[in-house]
Amino acid sequence: MDQAILKAVIMDEQAMDRAITRIAHEIIEHNEGADSIALVGILRRGVPLAERLADKIEAIEGVRPKIGKLDISFYRDDFSSHIAPVLHATEIMFPIDGVDIVLVDDVLYTGRTIRAALDALMDYGRAKSVQLAVMVDRGHRELPIRADYVGKNVPSSHDEDVRVSVTPLDEKNSVEIWGIDKSLGGAK
Amino acid sequence: MLSVKHLIDTTSLTADDITQILDTAKSFDPIVNGRNIKKVPALRGRTIVNLFLEPSTRTLKSFELAEKRLSADSISMGGATSSVVKGESLADTIQTIDAMKVDMFVVRARLAGTPQVITQNTDAIVINGGDGKHQHPTQAMLDLYTIREHFGHLDGLKVAIVGDLAHSRVCGSLAPALKTMGADVTLVAPPTFQVGDPSWFGCNQTNHLDDVIEDMDVIYMLRVQLERMEGAAIPSRREYNRLYGLSLEREARMKDNAIICHPGPMNRGMEIDAEVADCARSRILNQVNAGVLTRMAEMYLLMGGEE
Repeated sequence: MDQAILKAVIMDEQAMDRAITRIAHEIIEHNEGADSIALVGILRRGVPLAERLADKIEAIEGVRPKIGKLDISFYRDDFSSHIAPVLHATEIMFPIDGVDIVLVDDVLYTGRTIRAALDALMDYGRAKSVQLAVMVDRGHRELPIRADYVGKNVPSSHDEDVRVSVTPLDEKNSVEIWGIDKSLGGAK
Repeated sequence: MLSVKHLIDTTSLTADDITQILDTAKSFDPIVNGRNIKKVPALRGRTIVNLFLEPSTRTLKSFELAEKRLSADSISMGGATSSVVKGESLADTIQTIDAMKVDMFVVRARLAGTPQVITQNTDAIVINGGDGKHQHPTQAMLDLYTIREHFGHLDGLKVAIVGDLAHSRVCGSLAPALKTMGADVTLVAPPTFQVGDPSWFGCNQTNHLDDVIEDMDVIYMLRVQLERMEGAAIPSRREYNRLYGLSLEREARMKDNAIICHPGPMNRGMEIDAEVADCARSRILNQVNAGVLTRMAEMYLLMGGEE
């Protein structure tokens, strides 16, 4: 049995906080304020990240953007091999027509989650624009999708696992790379 | 993922299976009941055949809507238009449809055991949409969903199922599923309508609705099939209504938070009085709404379980 080991801590609590502060400023700058925007977190870790972003934006602009939660399970393209053990209902309690939506997720990887999120979002209405904020972009895109706001670019290999932890879902705020330690004879 | 490949009966389902179905159904609620676009692409490209060898309107339409809302492609075949009427064997019918590459059969049949037989003639997934006096598992799931929505849980609830229990596939599915989820089930019926086995699934049994009505959280009224009266199982419509009908007077004695369910179609004035069917306790239309949500959940979870 291969043993996953912690290879590197890419971001700690402070680094994540700085990145979120910067992204909040970028979102405000790009959208010329926060009046027209709403944040939609992709379940699960996109949601607490969206909350953190909303806190920062509120502190800077005095306006708290609306927050929605999006479960993309029913929009996945790999549904038959990947069924979610636990589903979390989508909650977008506001009309998205004419709103600048910022999708928020923890890791941008193949782009398939974002493709599904875009499809899901279209079924809720016609947003004025959709932007994407992620904590980590780890590369390896399989679809033509890019993020507008990135916490950190983390080059990684396919067999590595980029783990983002966010409170209160997790016990800490961090970005870590985990991998298989081949030196222990775990390689297949 | 469910522990079963097909949905044939509720006795094969674990508490975890049932909870998964109800939770998944809950996540379809904001899509079906809260959005203008009431569908998701989850089963896009999957083919479902509704094989209804016994007439049905509400169950068939509920399945058809559930299929559309999952973006599946589906066709419905009825008994009158099917080759079974022309003398083709069921196995041949199934293999013929199967040769056209379908992913799922939803089967309604007069003969108990038909869905089980079909599983032996196809690689497709089979959902039992009601077979004879045996089982109607998708009805039980929508009932559990409706009850759980009201109380927030199922364990410890006192549920009375009232009516023609002996001939009821609804009871045959609902009572075991309720027991699996930790509810306390009381079967209420005249002796001619009781289930034969006094220890059946550990349910309490009584012939007197008035003895238990004040204790119950849920009163589940079964439809009495009028043709049963010809068989003299019950003496008259009026007597049945007097002893077992849910009247306003009985409704007034129910617990404050108790609810009334009925699988439909109702005989107003027989097992349930018209005013009671429309009263604040009635969850009958909630059940219909839950039918689409839970059937979506069952199809989604069963299809997701295949490789």
